Amino acid sequence: MATPLARFSRRTALLAPVLALGLAATACSAPGADESPRAGSDAAVSTELGSDPITLEMYAETGFPLAKALADEFTKQHPNVKFNIREDQFTVIVENAPRVMASDNSPDIIRLPTMVDLVKDDLLKNLDPYFTAYGWDKFPASQLVQLRVGEGGTTRGTGSLWGMGLGYSVTGVFYNKKLAEQVGMTQPPATIAEFEQLLAKAKTAGVQPIMQFNKNTAGINFPHQALQNQFGDPAQVADWIFQKPGATFDTPAALKATQTIQKWAQAGYFPKDANALDYASMVGEFQKNNGLFMFNGDWESANLDKTMPGNVGFFLFPSESAGGKHVAMSAPNTFGISAKAKNPDAAAFFLNWAHTNPTAREIAVKIGGSSPGGPSDLAVPAAAPNTVLAETLKASQQLGEENGAVDFTANATGGIFAAAITPEMQKLIAGQQTPEGYVKAVQAEYAKELSR
Amino acid sequence: MTSAFGSAPVGRGDPVSTPARPTRPSAARAPRKRWARAGGTGWLFVLPAVVMYAAFVLRPLVLTIQYSFYNWNGIGVARWAGLDNYLTVFTDSDLLKIIGNALVLIVFFSFVPVALGLLVASLVRRITTGAFGTVVRTVLFLPQVIPLVAAGIAWSWLLSSNGLINQLLRAVGLGGVARAWLGDFDTALPAVGVIGAWVLLGLCTILLVTGMSKIDPALYEAARLDGAGPIREFFAVTLPSLRQEIGVCLTVTIIAALASFDIVYISTSGGPGLQTTVPGLEIYRLAFSQRQVGLASALAVVLMLLVLLCVLPIQRLTRGDKS
Repeated sequence: MATPLARFSRRTALLAPVLALGLAATACSAPGADESPRAGSDAAVSTELGSDPITLEMYAETGFPLAKALADEFTKQHPNVKFNIREDQFTVIVENAPRVMASDNSPDIIRLPTMVDLVKDDLLKNLDPYFTAYGWDKFPASQLVQLRVGEGGTTRGTGSLWGMGLGYSVTGVFYNKKLAEQVGMTQPPATIAEFEQLLAKAKTAGVQPIMQFNKNTAGINFPHQALQNQFGDPAQVADWIFQKPGATFDTPAALKATQTIQKWAQAGYFPKDANALDYASMVGEFQKNNGLFMFNGDWESANLDKTMPGNVGFFLFPSESAGGKHVAMSAPNTFGISAKAKNPDAAAFFLNWAHTNPTAREIAVKIGGSSPGGPSDLAVPAAAPNTVLAETLKASQQLGEENGAVDFTANATGGIFAAAITPEMQKLIAGQQTPEGYVKAVQAEYAKELSR
Repeated sequence: MTSAFGSAPVGRGDPVSTPARPTRPSAARAPRKRWARAGGTGWLFVLPAVVMYAAFVLRPLVLTIQYSFYNWNGIGVARWAGLDNYLTVFTDSDLLKIIGNALVLIVFFSFVPVALGLLVASLVRRITTGAFGTVVRTVLFLPQVIPLVAAGIAWSWLLSSNGLINQLLRAVGLGGVARAWLGDFDTALPAVGVIGAWVLLGLCTILLVTGMSKIDPALYEAARLDGAGPIREFFAVTLPSLRQEIGVCLTVTIIAALASFDIVYISTSGGPGLQTTVPGLEIYRLAFSQRQVGLASALAVVLMLLVLLCVLPIQRLTRGDKS
């Protein structure tokens, strides 16, 4: 019997030509697509649904029942259109979207992660012709600004329209009414200073001031950006997210926000085990009355109304001085039409219908828990009184009026959240990173990604 | 190409290639016989396996190596990058730390289960027969049957700040030590290691118990007659006889440590910071969330080489002088 070493070398000897052959067979061509001419955006589009039976392929997010509810209602109103819905966790969609959309079975309508890469790779349909055909210029411009990407996938926030929202979410602070009473909070704080006083009061009263997750993805980025939005010009934050040339994260506002987060962490305002808490645990703990505040979005409103009825309130994060402008992270639940869609006109018809049909708008509020968007002259359907859903809807309208919506810093680039914000935020609250170091590390990763 | 593919799995002991029985020479049958003598029938039998192996092991392997020389987002145009990706793997301090984490995990995934496995196996060796023995073996092997994801979830509950482990600590007055074990910078990696040790202990114990049952009882008798105690017996008889089994245990567990993914992904997602991020997790993130297929592939190739580097010496040491 051969010695292991001899066996190994024989195997190596066998493997080497195989690998060489394989390399030779593949090395002639680089992986990936060839440079191809970009699809024109001026193709004729139709706003007629027609009566031919068709099936719209939809790729939606698990735990987001709105898409299915809207699809069902649409089929009820237009029986010739059926939906075939594939669902995945959002993170899975983020990973799969490019490959699914590049395949021959590309869906017609797809829940989108960040759009820039998809535009760069010619995987999305340009919606400009539909914008004109359907008159989406009657929508508030700020509603769709996050869905615009410059030609060739450069800057976001300008250029052509590449997606629409099925519901437009708003974020802010949920609070536990019973605990608020216990702490002596009679009304939502009007300034950041008041908010910090409440945090201190809660701590003294033995109430967990903020229930926030920081495992998997940095939930503490919510309060961080809420502070950053207020400490400087929110346009600066938006420019950075939209990758405007010269924009940087290394600003006094971001630094001050990071210092505040560090201060709050040291004071014990966040759960001691925040780095071991995931999103579901955070919501669970909040529902168990373990936490006065929770930074979160209106997608949780309907759920909170069910699990702790009458006991939850919501406010937009306050400004530094009383009466200042509200700024909040707010983003559409973005859906786009694949460049390879078989029924793009019907898909666009559906997206337009979701924004304008009265029943569809009601479904967006009742099931999605968020504003349906659409033209400014259409009223937002009312939610049941004394629910936190009604409060988040009101906040959403208020934010629209104050024009205070900004996207999430986590959406600035494809990798910024996982590669920089999350690990650095975990270090920051554990005292392993300085505020200066945090700001620089996030900017460094951003610069690295943009240079690719 | 085909011969290169085929030789590896067929190689030794191909039954067809043994000298054929002398048969009457026949002109018509000669070519077929030559074909058979050359191993033709054997090739036919292994063909399905070879095709699968080539399609699902060798091709991806070659493609991974190819991708590692490109900057590619998985969809668009790929740009030739030469050795840049490898340079990044060996110079990026984060990636080096991530590789270091995997090496630390070897202690927990490999050394601890093998050492404990030896101890447990020696203790249960005498009760391996009968119903009780079956029960013991089953219980020890159970963690191996549980999906790693379920194990990861269960352990993250146990190790959470209000989990069973902290409750026990508080009950015995050690509340000061209690913490979110998986969320703490100092304890996260060892805590992940403990989960791995728990999963792999059963496998090691079973392998070692099986190995022990094959040791000639006469050896123990001889040792005892020479006046050896249980400890001397262990080092003089048991340990040397288990050389091959220990080799298998170390190989399997070291690969599990270096290629770990499920447990880490579920219990910590690589956090806090990069404290528990391992190459497997980073490869996945680089390829699918950051869309740096080239860098991910380079890291994967380095990981493969690292596995070979760790495992080959063990193979040699534990089987070396048997020939």
